[in-house]
Amino acid sequence: MNRDNDKGKVLLQRSLIMACGMALLLLGIVFRLYYLQVFQADQFKMLADENRISTRLIIPQRGIIYDRNGEILATNEQNFQVMIVAEQTANVQDTLDALKKIMPLSPDEEKRVKRDLKRNRSFVPVKIMDNLTWEEVAKVQLNIEDLPGIYIEEGLNRYYPYGEKMAQVLGYVAAVSDSDEKDDPLLEVPGFKIGKSGIEKFLEKRLRGKSGILKMEVNAYGRVMKEIERNEGQAGENITLTLDARLQEKAYDAFGEQSGAAILLDVHSGEILAFVSTPAFDPNAFARGLTHKEWNALQSNEKTPLVNKAIQGHYSPGSVFKPLVALAGLESKAIKPDTKIFCGGKMALGNHLFHCWKHWGHGSLNVVEALMHSCDIFFYETAMRVGIDKIANMARRFGLGKKINIGLENELSGLVPDREWKLKTKGEPWQQGETLIVGIGQGSLLVTPLQLATMTARLVNGAFEVVPTFFPVSDKRLLKIKKIKVSDSYLDLVKQGMFEVVNYQHGTAWRSRFDYNGMKMAGKTGSVQVRRITLQERQQGIVKQEDLPWKYRDHAIFIGYAPADNPKYAVAVLVEHGGGGSTAAAPIASQILKNALILDPVVYRTH
Amino acid sequence: MYKPYETSFRAQRMSIKEKLMNISFWFVCCICLLAAIGVVMLYSAANGSWSPWAYKQLLRFCVGLGLMFVVALIDIKLLMRYAYVFYIFTLFLLVVVDVSGHIGMGAQRWINFGFFKLQPSELMKIALIMALAKYFHGVPLQSIESIKGMIPPLLMVLVPAGLIIVQPDLGTGLMLIMTSTAIFFCIGVQLWKFGIIGLSAIIMAPIAWHFLHDYQKNRVLTFLNPERDPLGAGYHIIQSKIALGSGGVFGKGFLKGTQSHLNFLPEKHTDFIYTMLSEEFGMIGAVTIILINLVIIAYGFSFAFKSSNYFGKVLAIGLTTNYFLYVFINTAMVLGLIPVVGIPLPLISYGGTVMLSIMTSFGILLSVHINRNVSLGKE
Repeated sequence: MNRDNDKGKVLLQRSLIMACGMALLLLGIVFRLYYLQVFQADQFKMLADENRISTRLIIPQRGIIYDRNGEILATNEQNFQVMIVAEQTANVQDTLDALKKIMPLSPDEEKRVKRDLKRNRSFVPVKIMDNLTWEEVAKVQLNIEDLPGIYIEEGLNRYYPYGEKMAQVLGYVAAVSDSDEKDDPLLEVPGFKIGKSGIEKFLEKRLRGKSGILKMEVNAYGRVMKEIERNEGQAGENITLTLDARLQEKAYDAFGEQSGAAILLDVHSGEILAFVSTPAFDPNAFARGLTHKEWNALQSNEKTPLVNKAIQGHYSPGSVFKPLVALAGLESKAIKPDTKIFCGGKMALGNHLFHCWKHWGHGSLNVVEALMHSCDIFFYETAMRVGIDKIANMARRFGLGKKINIGLENELSGLVPDREWKLKTKGEPWQQGETLIVGIGQGSLLVTPLQLATMTARLVNGAFEVVPTFFPVSDKRLLKIKKIKVSDSYLDLVKQGMFEVVNYQHGTAWRSRFDYNGMKMAGKTGSVQVRRITLQERQQGIVKQEDLPWKYRDHAIFIGYAPADNPKYAVAVLVEHGGGGSTAAAPIASQILKNALILDPVVYRTH
Repeated sequence: MYKPYETSFRAQRMSIKEKLMNISFWFVCCICLLAAIGVVMLYSAANGSWSPWAYKQLLRFCVGLGLMFVVALIDIKLLMRYAYVFYIFTLFLLVVVDVSGHIGMGAQRWINFGFFKLQPSELMKIALIMALAKYFHGVPLQSIESIKGMIPPLLMVLVPAGLIIVQPDLGTGLMLIMTSTAIFFCIGVQLWKFGIIGLSAIIMAPIAWHFLHDYQKNRVLTFLNPERDPLGAGYHIIQSKIALGSGGVFGKGFLKGTQSHLNFLPEKHTDFIYTMLSEEFGMIGAVTIILINLVIIAYGFSFAFKSSNYFGKVLAIGLTTNYFLYVFINTAMVLGLIPVVGIPLPLISYGGTVMLSIMTSFGILLSVHINRNVSLGKE
C-alpha cells in the first residue's frame, strides 16, 4: 500500500512537470507567431504582394504618319483574331471541328493551336487565326453559340495604305529581335513591334509613345483575379511628312516594271515631295510577318527590292555631272561663255583615244550648246583645262561626296575624287586621263540619286544650300539657308543649256518636253556605262542597248526642274540598266514634274 | 448529508442523468468553440461557400459530438476490462491493412467498409493508451522501475509503431512512440533510461536515415533549408510562412487572405488551415486558438489529477498528451519549426477520421472524469 502511494505520488509529480513542459512548448509557438507576424511582418507582407500582384505593360498606340495634305501614310488597323480558351469548352476538338465548318483551318495550323493549348494553362487564350475580314468576324460571331471557348479579340496592326509605294521611305515595323537595343521595358512585351527601317525606325521613339501600366491580382496559377490599377500611358506622336502621296504614287507608277529611284524636291526649302525606289517590298507583309518563301523571293530578286536605291545606290552620274564641270570651267576662266571647242568624235591624250558618244562628232560648240548636245569632247577639254581639284571643289559645293543625313539607314556618301584622295587611298598620283573621265561624270566619281536631286535644286534655286528633308521646313529656317559662292551669270548659262536640252529640237530630252500653261521643264540627261566598251566592239559597231542582257545595259539618269523660267521643283531620276537617259529616265522625270505642277497648290488655285 | 451529484459514497451505479450532469460543461464548450472556428475557416477556404468542406465538417462534428457523449457514458470498469481485447483487435486490423497494402503494391492506411474508411493507426492511438494504462494500473512501482517489468509495455508500443511506420506513415508511428514515451515518463520510469535511449537514438539516426523513403528524406532536408527547393518541396513551408507573416497582428480579414484565396497556400483546408486562420485573423486569432487548446489540455490534466484510480489517471494523461501532440506538431509544422509531416490540426482541419478519433478520446476523457471516484481493483 505504501508503494502504491509512491506510485501515485510519482505520477502526480511527473505529470505536473509534463504539463508545464507542454505549456512551455505552446508558449514557444506563441513566440514564433510573434516573430513571424510582428517582427518579420513587413517583409512577409511584401512577399505576399509580390506573389499576388502581377504588373503588365499596356502597349501605347503608335503614332500615325501623314503626308503634307493630311493623307494617312501609316496607321493602326484593327486586327480581328479568333481566340480560344481551353477551360471554357468541354472539348477542344469539338470546338475546333465546329470552327472548321465555317472557317478554313489547315491541319498544320490546327496542330500549332493544339500545341499552344498544351503549353499554356487552360485559362490562357490561344490565337487560332488573325487578320480576319469583317465577313469572317460576322460569320464567327453569328455561330458563337456553337463555338464554346471561342471569342474574337481586337488587336492593332500597323497598316500602310500605300503599300510598297511608300515602303522605302516609311520602312516597316516588326517584332523586336535580339540585336535591337532594349532601352524600354516595352520591348520585352511579347508581340510588340518596333520600327525596323525608314521613318518608322528614324522616329521610333516619338512614334512609340509611353507604355501604360496595368496592375492585376493573380492567383498562384497566374490567373487574373481582378484589376488593381491602370495607367493608360501615352499614345505615340503623330508625324506629318513633306511627301505628297499623290505625287509619290504617280512617280512610283511611272517606273512600271523598271528598277530605279526618283526624288522630287521643292527647290527653295528642300522638302521632299516624292521619294521613290523601285521595285519595293510590301511593308504590310513585314508588319504581319513574312513567310520564308516571301523573304527568299525578296532576297534573290535581281532588282533588289530591299535596297533603297535613292540613298543606298552608288552610281556614276554620267552626263548629268556636266553642268558642274561647266561651272568649274567658267569660274576658273578655263572657258568663257563664248569659247568654242571643236568636237570631231574623238580626242587623243598621250596614246589614249577618248571618244564622244556621237562618234562622228558635234563640230564647234560653246558651253550652252555642249550641254544641250551633251558633247563629251567639250567636257574632256574643259576638264583637262580646269583640273580635277577645281571640279571636285565645285561638286562638293553642290552637295556631292558627302552624306546628306536624310534620316534613313545605310545612306551612302558618294565619292568626289581629287588628287589628295587618290594619293591617300591608292598611293598613286592622279592621272590626267582620269580628269577627262570625271569630266563626263564617270570614273571614280560616285553619287546617290538623292545627291543628284540636291545638286539640281541648288543649281536652279539661286544657289541656295538647301538640304533635302522629309519634315516641313519653317519660314525661319528657310531664311537661314546659306548661299553657295558661285556667279549667277554662270548659273544662268548652265540653266540655259539645261533648258535647251529639253526644249530645243536637237536637245537630248526633246521628246520629253511639255508645256503646261506656259510652264516648261528643263534638265540634263545622262547614260552611264556599267561595262567598258572594248576597242573590238567599237570597231564592230556598238551593240544597241536593247540587245544587251538587262544587267549590262547602261543606267539612265535624268535631272530636271520646272517651271524652267522660275524653278520650283527639282527632280532626279535613275533607271537602273534603263538604256539611255533620254529614252528611259527623261520621260519619267517629265511625268513627275508635270504632275507636280498640276498639283501645285498655287498653280492649282490660279487655273 | 446528501450531495446530489457527489458519487463518492455511492455503491450503486450512476444513472445516465447523473453521468450527464458530471460532464464538464466548459470542456465541451471549448471543443465546440474550436470546431465552430474550424467550420468558419473551411467556409473561408472554399471562398465563402458551405460546400465542399464546411457543411460536411459540421455534420461530422455533430456525429463526433454524439459519439463523444456515448463514449462518456461508458463505465470505466468496462473500458479497463476490454482494454487488452480492444488493443489486440486493433493490432489485428493493422496487420490486415499492412498485408493487403503489401499485396496491393502500395501504401494503404485504411480498411474500406464502404460507407466508412477505418484507419486502424488512428484507432491504435487510443487502444495503445488504454492498454498501457491497464498494464501500469496492475503493476507495482518496483516492476515499473525494473528493466524486466518494462519489456511487455515496450513491446506493446513497438509492435504497432513498427507496423504503422512500414505502412508507411512515419508521422503517426512517431506520434505513437512519443505518446508512449510521455506515459513512461509520467508513471516514473527512471530518467537515466530515457537518457540511454535518447543517446542510442542519436547514434542510430544515420542508420535510420538510410531506411527512410526519399520523400521523407526530402521533408527533413527541406525543413532544414526550405530554400533548397523553393518551387518543389520547400514551396509549402515558404508560402505558409509568407501567409502567416503577412497576416500581421490583426490579420487581413475574414475571406481576405490573399495567400490562401489565390491558392499560393497549399492544403489550406487540411494541414495548413492554421496558416490560413493566422493570415486572416492575424496573431490575435492564432494565439486565441493556442489558448483554447491550452484550456482543453489543462482540463485533460485536471481530469487525471482528480481521478482516484490509477487506470483513469494514466488514460487521461495519455489521451491529453496525444491531443497536445496533434496541436503542437501541426502548429510547429506550419510555422516552420519542424519538418512537414501530415498531421492535421484536430477539430479545425477538414477530415473525418481524425475528427472521430479525437472526439472518441474526448469521450474517454469525460468518462474518466465522470468515474473519477470509482475505485478499480487489480483484476
